[in-house]
Amino acid sequence: MSYVPHTDADRKAMLATIGVRSIDELFADVPQRARFPQVTLPAPLAEAEVVRELREMSEANADLDHAACYLGAGAYHHYVPSVVQHVLGRSEFYTAYTPYQPEISQGTLQSIFEYQSMICALTGMDVSNASHYDGATAMAEAVIMALSATRGTRRKVVLAPAIHPEYREVVRTYTQGMGVEFAGGEDPDADAAALAAQLDERTACVIVQVPDFLGRLERVEALAALADAAHKVGALLVVAAYPIALGLLKPPAAYGADIVVGEGQPLGMPLSYGGPYLGFFACREAYVRRMAGRLVGETVDERGRRGYVLTLATREQHIRRERATSNICSNEALCALAAGVYLAALGKRGLRQVAEICYQRAHYAADAIAGVPGFEVQRARPFFNEFVVRCPLPAAEVNDMLLDWDIIGGYDLGQAYPSLVGHMLFCVTEMNTREEIDDLVAALRAIGEGGKE
Amino acid sequence: MSEPVIYELSRPGRSACSLPEPDVPAAPLPEGWLRGDDLPLPEVSEVDLIRHYVRLSHLNFGVDVGFYPLGSCTMKYNPKVNEDASRLPGFAQTHPYQPEETTQGNLQLMYELQTYLQALSGFAGVSLQPAAGAHGELTGILIMRAYHLARGDAGRTRILIPDSAHGTNPASTAMSGMEVVQLRSDARGNVDLDDLRAHLDDRVAGMMLTNPNTLGLFDEHLEEVAQLVHEAGGLMYGDGANFNALMGIAKPAELGFDVMHLNLHKTFSTPHGGGGPGSGPVGVTAQLAAFLPGPVVERTLDEELCECQDGEEHDATCYFYSLSWPKQSIGRLKAFYGNFLVMVRAYTYIRMLGAAGLREASQDAVLSANYLQARLRGTYPLPHDRICMHEFVLEGRLPDAPGIRALDIAKRLMDYGIHPPTNYFPLIVPEALMIEPTETESKETLDVFVEAMLRIAEEARMQPALLHEAPHNAPVGRLDEVRAARQPRLRWTPAES
Repeated sequence: MSYVPHTDADRKAMLATIGVRSIDELFADVPQRARFPQVTLPAPLAEAEVVRELREMSEANADLDHAACYLGAGAYHHYVPSVVQHVLGRSEFYTAYTPYQPEISQGTLQSIFEYQSMICALTGMDVSNASHYDGATAMAEAVIMALSATRGTRRKVVLAPAIHPEYREVVRTYTQGMGVEFAGGEDPDADAAALAAQLDERTACVIVQVPDFLGRLERVEALAALADAAHKVGALLVVAAYPIALGLLKPPAAYGADIVVGEGQPLGMPLSYGGPYLGFFACREAYVRRMAGRLVGETVDERGRRGYVLTLATREQHIRRERATSNICSNEALCALAAGVYLAALGKRGLRQVAEICYQRAHYAADAIAGVPGFEVQRARPFFNEFVVRCPLPAAEVNDMLLDWDIIGGYDLGQAYPSLVGHMLFCVTEMNTREEIDDLVAALRAIGEGGKE
Repeated sequence: MSEPVIYELSRPGRSACSLPEPDVPAAPLPEGWLRGDDLPLPEVSEVDLIRHYVRLSHLNFGVDVGFYPLGSCTMKYNPKVNEDASRLPGFAQTHPYQPEETTQGNLQLMYELQTYLQALSGFAGVSLQPAAGAHGELTGILIMRAYHLARGDAGRTRILIPDSAHGTNPASTAMSGMEVVQLRSDARGNVDLDDLRAHLDDRVAGMMLTNPNTLGLFDEHLEEVAQLVHEAGGLMYGDGANFNALMGIAKPAELGFDVMHLNLHKTFSTPHGGGGPGSGPVGVTAQLAAFLPGPVVERTLDEELCECQDGEEHDATCYFYSLSWPKQSIGRLKAFYGNFLVMVRAYTYIRMLGAAGLREASQDAVLSANYLQARLRGTYPLPHDRICMHEFVLEGRLPDAPGIRALDIAKRLMDYGIHPPTNYFPLIVPEALMIEPTETESKETLDVFVEAMLRIAEEARMQPALLHEAPHNAPVGRLDEVRAARQPRLRWTPAES
């Protein structure tokens, strides 16, 4: 079934109106040799059959409803309140197009306006856009904005090595035609001072991740000093932030960030095997006209009633074409709606509570693992909810054995940093119960002793 | 009929969430890092939260509410079984970094979707990573650029783009560091061959072409265009936004395209979401496959998994699916693998329809568009009087209603319970109204639309004020966009009233 309502009688009537005898005649402009090719696809299925196929396919995976998981590294397992999916399931929201006709799109527009407001609240920035595809592409767009904001004369970008490796790759992919010079090195232990030392008059921006990819926090003063050093040479500070952590920790505005980006997936989106996610992007007022992405603004109608519209569209591709701030068109609007609902549901105190539970349980886990012979927890710097553990066996082997306990272990850091072969990044959230953590510790103890279940 | 902003419903102490009590010792929080009381998020009860969003939804028009003939957006019906499939916990609750042996279902789905898109398009390789059409365009241009650089040719820095192209085409080109060269369209809406020939030289990396184009027309010289570009050493990029006209009708790779993006949120029925998430997979010919962004999904026959006897055909369970990197990849376009849950929806759609169903969809999309064109051409100016594909463009102006513009017609359509068509695009038609019915609308719905358009044409002549002051029945009237841009209010602040 193709969801097509036309009966043969309908088709006959339409063909008569058009004045052709068959549908095939409508394709006369298609080169004959290429017309109506054989397309080999599986035979169509009835709905019940496709549901069964998909269910079986999904059950070939191990999922987090059935296994404990200690993976973070840019995608986080947080509880999604039931209200979020119920709001997202309203088809007035999800079957709508981009709100170019604002009079009949106030639902989408106002919900995005609220989302923008809440991202500003979280980050301390003046303005937020309506979303990017994910945190990595938001970071790439921040680089492009910094290049433009520094009048196109600066080509150097200082990239902290402790930023998510895939984010750094995406930034390089996006800018491969722009002649950007990257600095920052490869040492994940390079701190804010080391980055500051690499700033000069050719720098457009310096980028850090907070907490960094290894879960760590530097001193706020160190980051503020980095911001000062950047501003002194006329460069921007871009901070990639973990939004849950912002429920507890000082927002990047407090230590001098100019642009804040990040992955919004923790705010009400399931892990989704990597997508769709949500890139949030917020910045200071001064840069608003260089921002990429859609912006919803408040206005009034002819009767003075408050309403919302897409605004400052002269930045965008449909108006400025090759001189647009970005090519972005469709973004992640429904995910932004999810984030708005999530933040409204948790509210001022709920988000802080989630952050605290993550912090406390992660520290409980770190303390317990530190007591397991053979496993060494890195505590040189404070961490939020992810921490580095040196393992007595290769990380992949540890994870293989953990699967026997129905546990999905942490991220193998050897993949990201040669100096961290044999180390694993554990993440703990409010979804890891105390019992689960105790089970993890018991399993690691057994693994460390060379045993299996 | 306005709904308060959620902050206006907020009261200190209210909450819509419940969280477990702390059950581990409290570790000291990092010094100097604690946020003060300054987390300005709303505080609402669950009932107020739900009512707020339900009422907001009532202010929205979606495909599930009514006819949405937005040209080039393909607002077809979004099947509900797709939504259910995307919510299966086996898909939704998987982390992208899980060991591959624990995500074989996901990897199999992605692999098979790659092959289905290859089957429809004729391309040899597909990346599912781009998250939207524009993202796919950026990918495609970067592939073309990398291809030429790998050949040792650093002089090809220009991309030819017709004047009818969507704004993302030149924007994507500029982002890749390439130069846009605009080409004229001829009187019949095709690429002007003389203008094309005049601009072809060894500085051209390639051409971006939407076909059918944004006028809804299949280029009558497509083969010659592709041949000319190839002879000049360039590549053909296809903007696949209009692929809904071509499923089972023609394969772009066989029409001369080298690289193309598809829009799963248009052709393949995944919902638009108010502006995303979409998905913009990119297909390439064999000579470009090495440049695709990574990772892609491959499969290998696994002797341990395979229980087939001699001569038996292998099925999905015989293979191990895994991520791999194309050998000269342009890099990653985003973190992880793409919008996976959007892929699940498109996959479900393709499995339900099969090749015959997809071809029927394209055939009926083209049939419905031609039907509307036939019924409206006598009333509204039709700049290109030809058989159209899945969409067509009218001029939104009438000879005996001089003050009426496309904007007025669009706003008046809202009063008839119909979403306006795309307007003021493509730029080459004045007062453009781009109409794309899609295949999922009944003839009755199409006829209601025609009746509305005819009535509006009548009103334009007899009672133009009805159009100028429209919409009359929408939650708000025409909004002051000038004010929104001159005095930007982009977030809620307490001083609002």
